[in-house]
Amino acid sequence: MKSSVIVFPGSNCDRDIAVALEKLQFKNKMVWHKETSLPKSDLIVIPGGFSYGDYLRSGAIAGKSLIIDEVIKAANSGCLVLGICNGFQILTETGLLKGTLLRNKNLRFINRDVNIKVLNNQTKFSSKYKSNQILKINIAHNEGNYFTNSKHLDQLKKDNLIAFKYCDKNGNVNESSNPNGALENIAGIYNEKRNILGMMPHPERMVDNIISNTDGINLFSGLIN
Amino acid sequence: MGKQFQLNSKKNKLRFSVTVTLKKDVLDPQGKVVQNTLLNLGMSNLKNIRQGKFFEIEIDEADQIIAEKKVEEMCQKLLVNLIIEDYKINILK
Repeated sequence: MKSSVIVFPGSNCDRDIAVALEKLQFKNKMVWHKETSLPKSDLIVIPGGFSYGDYLRSGAIAGKSLIIDEVIKAANSGCLVLGICNGFQILTETGLLKGTLLRNKNLRFINRDVNIKVLNNQTKFSSKYKSNQILKINIAHNEGNYFTNSKHLDQLKKDNLIAFKYCDKNGNVNESSNPNGALENIAGIYNEKRNILGMMPHPERMVDNIISNTDGINLFSGLIN
Repeated sequence: MGKQFQLNSKKNKLRFSVTVTLKKDVLDPQGKVVQNTLLNLGMSNLKNIRQGKFFEIEIDEADQIIAEKKVEEMCQKLLVNLIIEDYKINILK
């Protein structure tokens, strides 16, 4: 399984995701944003961080960088694409995922472990999780408040494209278990073909019991053929 | 030579302003905080504040219609997130 991690000026979770991928035996390459071609990849990861210092809007400038044209081409031909945190923001700016991420409702940068619920375990990313399984995953963001129009929200629900929702430790999805004001507690979504996943929580931070837990491992191990 | 260049560059330059605001139904927590702070400062008749962005754009083009189209394209392609933001283009004299 070959993976590529796209690196922008200001990316800061690129090394973490590389460590997680290599731990799971991915053959990983780091790809600088000025490159105009991608190595052959089964999985492309757009990592977290603050690409271009969040200038203009989070992910806006990275979303127009040279390598992104290649990512869009690969995504459209079925390559798996995972955007984490700033990577999710970048994917919405490219149009590969619909909707956008607004400033957190409480205007604070939030860095803590939260619970999320697996809503759809029928995708390549989630096949190793149980349906409605509750994971404990770290979030660290200032703009994680997912927003989209009502037509797209209906489509997300109808086609089962909501990947994860914020919940409490018992799985209750409500306002008090919503850390950032995201629409209907949405923490991650898929595109229609389910080969693109964007999520605010950081599964790459949850692959080792020494520093956290291993709730993120199944997301990556499920991708290995 | 220097004077001529100055005249030409003045002639070919058009200036625009672009104001970007959040759409009405999008929550603007920053605007809310600014509003509450101003209310605390005693601005009691303050009714509503929405925070936005402002761009000043110079275009090297004499034809106003062509230049406006260019600015429009800039808004659509990068400056504005059309899902959550509205924008207004004005020509600056």
